[in-house]
Amino acid sequence: VQMTVRDALNSAIDEELARDQKVILIGEEVAKYDGAYKVSKGLFAKYGETRVIDTPISEMGFTGIAVGAAMAGLKPVCEFMTFNFSMQAIDQVVNSAAKTYYMSAGQVSVPIVFRGPNGSALGVAAQHSQCFAAWYSHVPGLKVVSPYSSEDAKGLLKAAIRDPNPVVCLENEIMYGVSFPMSQEALSSDYVIPIGKAKIERPGKHITLIGHSRAVQFCLEAAAEMEKMGVECEVLNLRTLRPLDEEAIINSIKKTNHLVTVEQGWPQYGVGAEIIAKIMESEAFNYLDAPIYRVSGADVPLAYAKSLESNSLPTAQNVIKSIKKSLNIN
Amino acid sequence: NTTISYTIDKSYDLHRLEQGPSLEVSCNKEEALDFYRKMQYIRRLETTSGNLYKDKQIRGFCHLYSGQEAVCVGMKAALDQNDSVITAYRAHGWTYIMGVSLLGVLAELTGRRTGCAKGKGGSMHMYTKNFYGGNGIVGAQIPLGAGIALKHKYMNEPNVCVALYGDGAANQGQVFEAYNMAKLWNLPVIFVCENNGYAMGTSVNRGSASADFYTRGDFVPGMRVDGMDVLGVREATRFARDFALTNGPILLEMVTYRYSGHSMSDPGTSYRNREEVQEVRQKRDPITTFSKRITEAGLVTPEELKEIDNGVRAEMQEVERRALTDPELDVQELYNDVYYQPEPGFKVRGCDNFTYEVSK
Repeated sequence: VQMTVRDALNSAIDEELARDQKVILIGEEVAKYDGAYKVSKGLFAKYGETRVIDTPISEMGFTGIAVGAAMAGLKPVCEFMTFNFSMQAIDQVVNSAAKTYYMSAGQVSVPIVFRGPNGSALGVAAQHSQCFAAWYSHVPGLKVVSPYSSEDAKGLLKAAIRDPNPVVCLENEIMYGVSFPMSQEALSSDYVIPIGKAKIERPGKHITLIGHSRAVQFCLEAAAEMEKMGVECEVLNLRTLRPLDEEAIINSIKKTNHLVTVEQGWPQYGVGAEIIAKIMESEAFNYLDAPIYRVSGADVPLAYAKSLESNSLPTAQNVIKSIKKSLNIN
Repeated sequence: NTTISYTIDKSYDLHRLEQGPSLEVSCNKEEALDFYRKMQYIRRLETTSGNLYKDKQIRGFCHLYSGQEAVCVGMKAALDQNDSVITAYRAHGWTYIMGVSLLGVLAELTGRRTGCAKGKGGSMHMYTKNFYGGNGIVGAQIPLGAGIALKHKYMNEPNVCVALYGDGAANQGQVFEAYNMAKLWNLPVIFVCENNGYAMGTSVNRGSASADFYTRGDFVPGMRVDGMDVLGVREATRFARDFALTNGPILLEMVTYRYSGHSMSDPGTSYRNREEVQEVRQKRDPITTFSKRITEAGLVTPEELKEIDNGVRAEMQEVERRALTDPELDVQELYNDVYYQPEPGFKVRGCDNFTYEVSK
């Protein structure tokens, strides 16, 4: 069965709303409008206004309300129309949601999910095109997941909703309309993907490519291209950014001895930077046969004009260039 | 007749003001033709923008101003050339009225180097002298506007800042923070809520516990204005400007309407019906009501307006041609403008470790 990422997310929220009365969906245009990107389509009609709640444009306010409800025992799924708007509310995410369990020495837990599209869409310019993977992955107390495929989207979001901690789910608008095969298992309402585990999307022995969300696609495209030259790339889909699956990363490097990291966000203090630091701090360092290369968004705010925009965002070509450098292929 | 004068249809609703602007408004022929021309330019610009969006020549978000023209045209007519303006993402009309050419707006929308931000900003991020955008984050422009007013006051300039937001943004917390500080410090700022009835797909009554936006500054005096009447808007703005220079902040609610959806992906029909849109077009349209008034009063002839219409159409055709054929910036330019006056030789990383360019 083929399913779009959008429908997979929708079914995850639908199933969890059905499963647990404490789950609610809250955010801008999530109810009557069926979601700005139609992720919540049909849920208002099915569950009504007590469980699928439209808010005014008041991010700081409704995020705080959702966090408060979670502290008191509800399980809100708090949608940001895009993660760009979560910056209006980031204090409640970081200072209230992430830290309260620790500050209360375990007395107050915050079972909440913050979700929405993250990263750049197309042609929406600087204020609406940034990746928050590094921002939220920096924060102890938060878990951060970032799905690539429809199975990822469904399994990770369901796991996030069931998790007793605050979980940030970084989706991608461009992926919403992309279809992926869904296994029989993934169609089940009990399908959850464990948070903290990466997935080998494609096994290989010559070099490891690590990505998350849409960057996994660039890794797979590059791997398909390199296959023609006899290079077998192992593509690791991180799925979760915090906690990071260090074991999977180390095992893959032990196997391939080469690594390229791929992300859409800015390079400085980013996901690739963290992976590389983790490797330096582990035994995997001794297995490297070449420096690690990062592929990322260009280190600039994103321009609107098409040619500038496309040259500011990574593609499979950047990955291929980095692979060749790592493997010393001309 | 060399002037037209009339009593405005809806008197201003006042909040914490003992006296409002005069209900008698007037203009001469030159002004009438000027207002009509500017409103038609904006209407035409937005029609063209909508069409280019459908042709995929404009990308991303594109929020049209059609229906709201009298607000920017009327307000600008009462401002000093050194007054400042900042608005949100529905910025095309304001960009034009603040002095950017039609090509500067349309070429920005098509991402060309002749755009007012050289194609770097797009629909939501346009700038020119005394016009600080074009902000895509709902509500963010309101404290910024108060800050611009702080500068006017600090420098002893006889100027105000107009800070505009929609009925949706009116519910953002930072808007209330800005009200408070603007009043505490008596900043010369005119807060303007362009109430077009809908915050994206949410009607005013579904998003706002009080829809009396002109009162929501509490301690900030306010006034509700028919935003479809260009002369009424000008009169209210004159009053507000004088008030703000002497007494500090004032809040104008401009009651207006948007004909299009929120953005181009929104047909604008799921949360309101076509009859409602038609009724506004027929009864309240800022351009047709104004042209009717000035022709019926004998101030201008229908032929004079027709001539303007033809001129607007012809000019827009040329502007459209250029907006579609002018080049984009060189790709290299994506690395420039990250920092003002970077160190010579300052390099910026591209998408991989083999791509670094000097940033200017």
